[in-house]
Amino acid sequence: MKLHVDWTACDGRGVCTELLEEMLVEDDWGFPVARDGQRSPAVPPPLEGAAKQAVDRCPMLALKLIAR
Amino acid sequence: MTSVAEAAVGRVERRLLDGELGLDAHLARHGRLPLLDGSQIIGMARDSGLTGRGGAGFPVWRKLSAVAEAGDGSAVVVANGAEGEPASGKDRALLAYQPNLVLDGLQLVAAATKARAAHLYAPKAALAPLRALLEARRVAGLDRMSVTLQAAPDAFVSGEESAVVSALNGRGAVPADKRIRVIQAGVGGSPTLVQNVETLAHLALIARYGAGWFLSAGTADEPGTFLATISGAVRRPGVVEAGYGVPLGELIAAVGGATMRLQAVLIGGYHGGWVPADPALPVSRQALEPYGASPGAGVLVALPAGACGLGETARIAGYLADQVAGQCGPCINGLPRMAATLADLAARRPRAGLAAEAERLARLVSGRGACHHPDGTARLVLSAMRMFQADVAAHLNGRCLATEGYR
Repeated sequence: MKLHVDWTACDGRGVCTELLEEMLVEDDWGFPVARDGQRSPAVPPPLEGAAKQAVDRCPMLALKLIAR
Repeated sequence: MTSVAEAAVGRVERRLLDGELGLDAHLARHGRLPLLDGSQIIGMARDSGLTGRGGAGFPVWRKLSAVAEAGDGSAVVVANGAEGEPASGKDRALLAYQPNLVLDGLQLVAAATKARAAHLYAPKAALAPLRALLEARRVAGLDRMSVTLQAAPDAFVSGEESAVVSALNGRGAVPADKRIRVIQAGVGGSPTLVQNVETLAHLALIARYGAGWFLSAGTADEPGTFLATISGAVRRPGVVEAGYGVPLGELIAAVGGATMRLQAVLIGGYHGGWVPADPALPVSRQALEPYGASPGAGVLVALPAGACGLGETARIAGYLADQVAGQCGPCINGLPRMAATLADLAARRPRAGLAAEAERLARLVSGRGACHHPDGTARLVLSAMRMFQADVAAHLNGRCLATEGYR
């Protein structure tokens, strides 16, 4: 599974960077940026639970899990 | 630089741009389209190796077959002539001089995808003459599928595939998230094919003269001709046609040659990259890749010796920052900051870490938007930092090599 950010919806609220700090950090303006620099970073299996939680709690519904 | 002489086979030649104006002249020269079924059209697109001429260079046959399969009779096809790039004029030229090739190509892709609707999306000024032409074609019984005209707003991102679909859906012409692709769900939710107008015109010629004829221009890897819009320090700025792999010097010669010694050429437009003004350099994806550039939509800007490449890049970056659609945070914030950083560097307002900051911002915004606007802008900035490396160092010390005539 990979994380996908719909940038047209993301408002930089910071929920995902808190819940998934192993994968995401905030950029200069508070928007999430993948630590591995990937556009759609792969979710390691131990973080799948946290990733699902981050997706569910995104207030803008901007974060998604995608198969490819 | 590697030897390139053996690779260059492309030449300046007129295929799309050849011929007289008007429907009668078009029919006298090329005749009506042969009757072809969907699999024949997709097959000839595959055999010819035709790629999209809007900039991305994706194989046409793959998009055609994907939309044909997903559409199952409900697909929508769009001829895209939006051409938001200020330094590009080839789509406008094509729609003005050879619109019948574009309209023929649109009929071909409509047949290949068994489409239910066809649209032509282009700037308002280009549409008025097309109305009368579409009527003349209808009277002549040329078009099986009627074509709807849609005005494209004058903005850099208005021709991006998902922005085109958004405009046709009655919303703003701004890019959308790519989790669902337009080939799956585009105009009215239907699988949608968006193809640049030049691409369609090539297809119209391939249908008449065959894939083998198309392959006789360009290189083995990148067949066919492309339209180039050449501006900057050249005698007759304008649109010329050449096979891929054409040496840069031949393209410049085709617009009357340079007005003065050139120091670099921007290839691929405002989202492109700077390359050395080497007359032997082939204009092909393969030869330009080491410079982080590609032919893209065929936009070339010639930079004369004595002009500052960092200044020119800062000007373009400022324009691109102004053209942000306003949807994606990293682009909204990052592009103006990147442009301002480059402007400081160009204007020799040095501060600690200025050059590194421009590169950091370019990497930070890359890949973080609904479309490639941040990526393309970052590519331009990074390419300028490499190509004008000596001037980056000079500017940090309050000097400018280009304008001082040091080169």
